[in-house]
Amino acid sequence: MITKSLHKRESELANSKRQLEILSNSIFKSGDLPMFASKIAETNQFPLKARKLEILQINVGYMCNQVCEHCHVDAGPDRKEIMTKETMLQCLEVIKKTKSHTLDLTGGAPEMNPNFRWFVDEASKVGIKDFIVRSNLTIMKANKKFADLPEFFKSHNVHVVSSMPHWTRGKTDKQRGTGVFDQSIEALRDLNAIGYGMPDSNLRLDLVYNPSGAFLPGSQSSLEKDFKKTLLEDFNIHFHNLFAITNLPVSRFLDYLIASDNYEDYMYNLVEAYNPAAVENVMCTNTLSVSWDGYLYDCDFNQMLQLPVNSKAKHISEYNEELLFNRDIVISQHCYGCTAGAGSSCQGSVA
Amino acid sequence: MYQNYSTNDFRFISLLKFKQMQKTYYDPADLKKFGKISEWNEELGKKFFDYYGKVFEEGALTEREKSLIALAVAHTIQCPYCIDAYTGDGLQRGITKEEMMEALHVAAAIRGGASLVHGVQMMNKVNKLDM
Repeated sequence: MITKSLHKRESELANSKRQLEILSNSIFKSGDLPMFASKIAETNQFPLKARKLEILQINVGYMCNQVCEHCHVDAGPDRKEIMTKETMLQCLEVIKKTKSHTLDLTGGAPEMNPNFRWFVDEASKVGIKDFIVRSNLTIMKANKKFADLPEFFKSHNVHVVSSMPHWTRGKTDKQRGTGVFDQSIEALRDLNAIGYGMPDSNLRLDLVYNPSGAFLPGSQSSLEKDFKKTLLEDFNIHFHNLFAITNLPVSRFLDYLIASDNYEDYMYNLVEAYNPAAVENVMCTNTLSVSWDGYLYDCDFNQMLQLPVNSKAKHISEYNEELLFNRDIVISQHCYGCTAGAGSSCQGSVA
Repeated sequence: MYQNYSTNDFRFISLLKFKQMQKTYYDPADLKKFGKISEWNEELGKKFFDYYGKVFEEGALTEREKSLIALAVAHTIQCPYCIDAYTGDGLQRGITKEEMMEALHVAAAIRGGASLVHGVQMMNKVNKLDM
């Protein structure tokens, strides 16, 4: 089990340029597999264009209490990139004027940002329809100061979206660390106890599933059925929806693919499962991702690959919905991860 | 680098390459080409794949149960393509390795039992022939 980020280990893959080189070399350079741009051009979907902004996703920092094997953020306790209050104030100005219906806070563990609660307080006053916090669950059990997070989320009617890679201890702990499964179950019980995830409750609790290895997720609805059945029978836990997310070949998952000699087969699988219908609804067309230092990206994956938006407005301080509308989405071969099978986004399947 | 090679050399190299290609009956990459069997008989190929797709749809049995049956059968008939395909399919469905191994033991038990149950035939024969 890894305990340090690629950055801390000074791995070659901590460098986003190196990752982009890998994603355009070998099987893609030789022509064995088509580049993503030419693949979407086959169905006249190149260039991908940004439509109306619906989801503003803000990454408040890469620090996390976990070091998951697959993490595309390369998050961990050793990451020090944390959004400052000044950048948060700039984000709040945008949240006030945006027409997007969803505000999505992510990380790292977003709760570890020292100004997280203040930011949620302020952002919730704007009255955005769907206010999401992506929580890894274990943070609620990591330290006493986080124990009241469920109540805090409830008081702001936050929509909690939590990671849960499997309904068994073995598979969960292998991907996310020893003890993660038991702590996650405890945290889910705490959330259920105050109404989160209960049938007919307005307190939304959704789970995120991503495969614990070099394979694609199965059908989201079938997996949701299995998760619901087992979590209820074995642990008396309720939740609303399951989002099945494909692992993209970025950062630690890319490192894992290469180290386990799965990279080429995985890319073949992604390309083989390419679905033009998923391209139609891919999340970058209605989402904007803001990094901890305020820069704008088409998605959280492009943020980690340091591929900024193709627009004159590059920073949250320069935010301009008109300038960003209809921009060309920046793509590379990692994008095949969002267009495979039923497609993948932070909201799960898209096709 | 090839300018000093004679025609015979090239024939030899081609033969070597051919032999390398033939060094194994099974190539994992061939699984992806399964659909190509329709190219030589479209009508039967189509009928087969339509049937195949229908068989694995949810019915009285779930798709998950069918995937585990397929995995067990794959091992019984020792089909490397099918083992690859249904191990991957199982992982995608969230089937655990414990469930997979139990399914294999069902296959192994039936296969082993099928040998052993013929022991009754042997015993009958011995009892008939032996004084």
